[in-house]
Formats: sequence, structure tokens, C-alpha cells
Amino acid sequence: MSAAARAVRPVSIASFAQSQNVRKDDERNEVEGLMPVIAEVFGNIGITKDDVDFICSGSTDYLIGGPFSFVMALDAVGVWPPRSESHVEMDGAWALYEAWVLLQEGEIDAALVYSFGRSSLGDLSEILTLQLDPYYEAPMWPDIVSLSALQARALIDSGKATEADFAAVASRSRRDALSNPKSQVANDIAPEVLLQDDYVVAPLRRHTLPPITDGAAAVVLAAGDKATAWSDRPVWITGFDHRIETHSLGARDLTTSPSTAKAAEVAGVAAGKVDVAEIHAPFAHQELILAEALGLDDSVAINPSGGALAANPLMSAGLIRIGEAAERIRSGAADRAVAHATSGPCLQQNLVCVLEGGA
Amino acid sequence: MADETTDQGPVTTLATPIRLDFDFTPGVAQSKFLRGLERGEFHGQRCSVCGKVYVPSRGSCPTDGVPTTEDVLLGNAGTVTTYCVVNVPFAGQSIEIPYICAQILLDGANLSFMGLLQEIPTDQIRMGMRVEAVWVDESDLTPSLASVRYFRPNGEPDADYDTYKEYL
Repeated sequence: MSAAARAVRPVSIASFAQSQNVRKDDERNEVEGLMPVIAEVFGNIGITKDDVDFICSGSTDYLIGGPFSFVMALDAVGVWPPRSESHVEMDGAWALYEAWVLLQEGEIDAALVYSFGRSSLGDLSEILTLQLDPYYEAPMWPDIVSLSALQARALIDSGKATEADFAAVASRSRRDALSNPKSQVANDIAPEVLLQDDYVVAPLRRHTLPPITDGAAAVVLAAGDKATAWSDRPVWITGFDHRIETHSLGARDLTTSPSTAKAAEVAGVAAGKVDVAEIHAPFAHQELILAEALGLDDSVAINPSGGALAANPLMSAGLIRIGEAAERIRSGAADRAVAHATSGPCLQQNLVCVLEGGA
Repeated sequence: MADETTDQGPVTTLATPIRLDFDFTPGVAQSKFLRGLERGEFHGQRCSVCGKVYVPSRGSCPTDGVPTTEDVLLGNAGTVTTYCVVNVPFAGQSIEIPYICAQILLDGANLSFMGLLQEIPTDQIRMGMRVEAVWVDESDLTPSLASVRYFRPNGEPDADYDTYKEYL
């Protein structure tokens, strides 16, 4: 059955909250970091934990170095009486997808989605290596910056982009982040100046890399009467899909993102004008690949929040893209938005969510 | 060449050593608990909604999902809610078997935690037994549960079943 023919139950992003994004939160544990975010996401719309029927979180124990951290994190919600709950070892954007699927079945009307990422507790370059093929790639410990540099090099060699293009993305993102109070890295530096940065791993200069960020985020999803009761201007999810590519980096054309293009096609990105796109591009050059795959033209405001270059809390940065896009619609700044999340090395897995403002 | 590799049989093992180091962030509430241990004291926190006292507290009430902000200094004595006698030897064992592993509900607390029970024959342990913490020497106190050497009977009559039946 094609996406267009599939009956989709309207589900709204009823509320969104995120923590301050910081380089290292060494005062609070995961529960203490999440509690204010959960309180805010409920408080925004005047509800409590008793108003949601399902809880889904996204996180990974590899970041914290402790087992079952997602179970302990439930202490931040308070799961009594016993709750229906699930977890994905993925960015919270995929947790939101799982909750959306459950809402499609029509048995529940509201869900809490949250994610937390403590990127500062270990050596990220080592931790992220463990998401690679465990037999032939991970034993060589290629770090995430080097793998992204391979992708950036391929993009330059393809003739599609230059280092100046990467600098332009970074400059614009962090300038836009000046108006985002939750951002971690915000500044106004011209691309020409950025190009004087040293290489970290050529062709990637320092400004093309995301910051290391501790942060958390939460969303309340609502359907049916709750969606309209909890918002004067519901932000509806009108298209949603995610796709994955092969594990083998050598088997992929790293200069394109066919999984993003396919997800965008199924989610119906091209079915209307896109006002805003929040793209989860941890490395500057990845925004160029993703914008092409999403079919976005110059009229689209890309990452007005500053994107992942301004704050990249692992496991939360994708969920934050959906939340930021929804806030643009809720505020009236946009009528139709696209949010994107990525996972895996060099944009291996991608999720696309189309949001539209309702009456 | 193909025959040669076939003759060697399938590869059944591939060693890929992995080691990751992490910083541990106990958080505000657990830091108070750990600093208490460093002084030879048990510190808990009370939920403002249900009134329960958690020790150790992780900073929230897992039932109500609200921050636990009221600090509570607990006593040194408690009640054995349940126990087991360990007879199984294992690598790295530092305590002579058999020994008693008990869930202990400190007086004033609403959450039991696990402790080692000593100074009593293993066939005399029972639910409801009143016990007290024996701490390491003051100079050896650290922000860790290793500061509690073990628990031992404190000689008081057994606690009424009704006082700990909710904590089994």
C-alpha cells in the first residue's frame, strides 16, 4: 500500500521542552537532568503524567557506561501506577516514531517521549566507533570525525561542494543559534574567517564539527480530543518515515543520502511548500547532502535553531529537531516544516517527519 | 588458494579487545548520600508528595516523579526485611562463606538496601531481626558503601511483622 493511500491518524506535537545544552553537566545525574524537562513538557500544556497512556524513551548505555540507565531514568517520570513503557537504543526521534505508530492503532490518545544524552562522560570518538561493523571496521577504531572527513572528501571530489560551502553552513548555523537560548555554541563569525581554522581531520576544519553536548529533551504527542484540547494551534504530523542503508561504508555513495530521499518521498515532503527545515546534520557538510536528498530549495529556512552545530546532545539532537520545527509552526512563523534525524556513521539511518499547522 | 582456506576450517573466534573509561556523575542527591557515608552517617531524602524517605536517593520519587528536596538524617539501626545465606564460592570473593546477605530497612526509611550481616551464626538469622551498622575506622571512611563494614544484631527484640511487611 502506498503512503498516500494509507489512512493516517492525525497526531500532534502537543508540547516540547529541552534542557540547556552544555559541554558537561557534572553536577546532576540523568534523573536530575531529566526531571525539569519532563516537568516543563507537562507544565506547558497543564497536564500530568496521569494524562499520558504511553512512555517511550531514546538513549544508550554506551554514553553513560552503566547498564539499564533507561530504566533508572523512569524515576524522572514516576511510573506508578505501573505504566506502559518502551525504549529504543536510538535517538529520541525514533522513540517518537514508535509512540506515533502506537497512536496510529487508536487505542491510546497521548504519549510522552523523551531522550537524554550525556556525551561528556566518556571518549565519544571511541564510543561511536562501537556502532561500526564489529569484525572489520571497529577493530581498527576509526573515529567518527575521520569517517565524516572521508565523506566530506568524497563530497568535494564529486564537485558538489567546497570547503567554503562547509564554512558557510557553520557560519549561518551558529549565527542563527544566537537567538536560541538553549544553544551551546553561538557566534557571528564570517565564513572567510572560519576558513582560517586549522584542520582537525582534513578536509574538516574545527568549525565543521559539532560540539560535545550534554542535554535532554521531551515531547508530548496527542491525538483525538486531547490534541485539540491541549493546543489552540495543533502541530500535526502529516508524514513520517525512516530508512536505513547498509552497514558497509564502502558499499555506499557517501555523497548522497538515498535513505533520506526515500523517507522524504514516503513522508510526502514535496507535497507542499516547506517553510522551515530542521535538519540533524552533526557535521557541516552533511547539511548539504541532506538538503539535496530532502529536495529543499533556497526558499527554505534551514536550521533556524542553529541545528546540531550549535548543540549536539547525542540521542536527543534528532528529537530536538522535531521539537524546534514544531515550535516554529506553533509560534506562527511557519505553516509547514520538515524535521530530520540521523543515526549511525556518515548518515547511515535517517528519519523524516513532516509537520503542518492546524486551525 | 580457495582449497587451502577451506581446509583450514571455519574461523570460530575473533578477539577484538574493547575498553571504555567513563566519568561517573552521582548527581546532587547521591552525592549527599555518599558524603554522609564519608562521615559515618546514612542520609536519605523525603518525597514531598507521598512522604516516603529514600535511601539512597537518586533525587526523585520514583512513584510521584517529583524532586526529593528534603534531606533526612537516618539512624544507625534497622530491620532485616529478608535475607539469604550465601554458600557459593566465586572468583574474587573477599568474605568467608557461608555469609548472610540481608535487605535492611533503616529506621525512618521507606526503602531497604542490601547489606552484609555478621556476628551471628547463619542459622540464627531471621526476618524482623534488629541490626545496626558497624563502620570502618574513622580514618578509613570514604564516600562509598565500603565505609559500612557490615551490620550486626543490636540486641533489640525483633520488629513486628506489620512494621516492615510493605518492604519485602
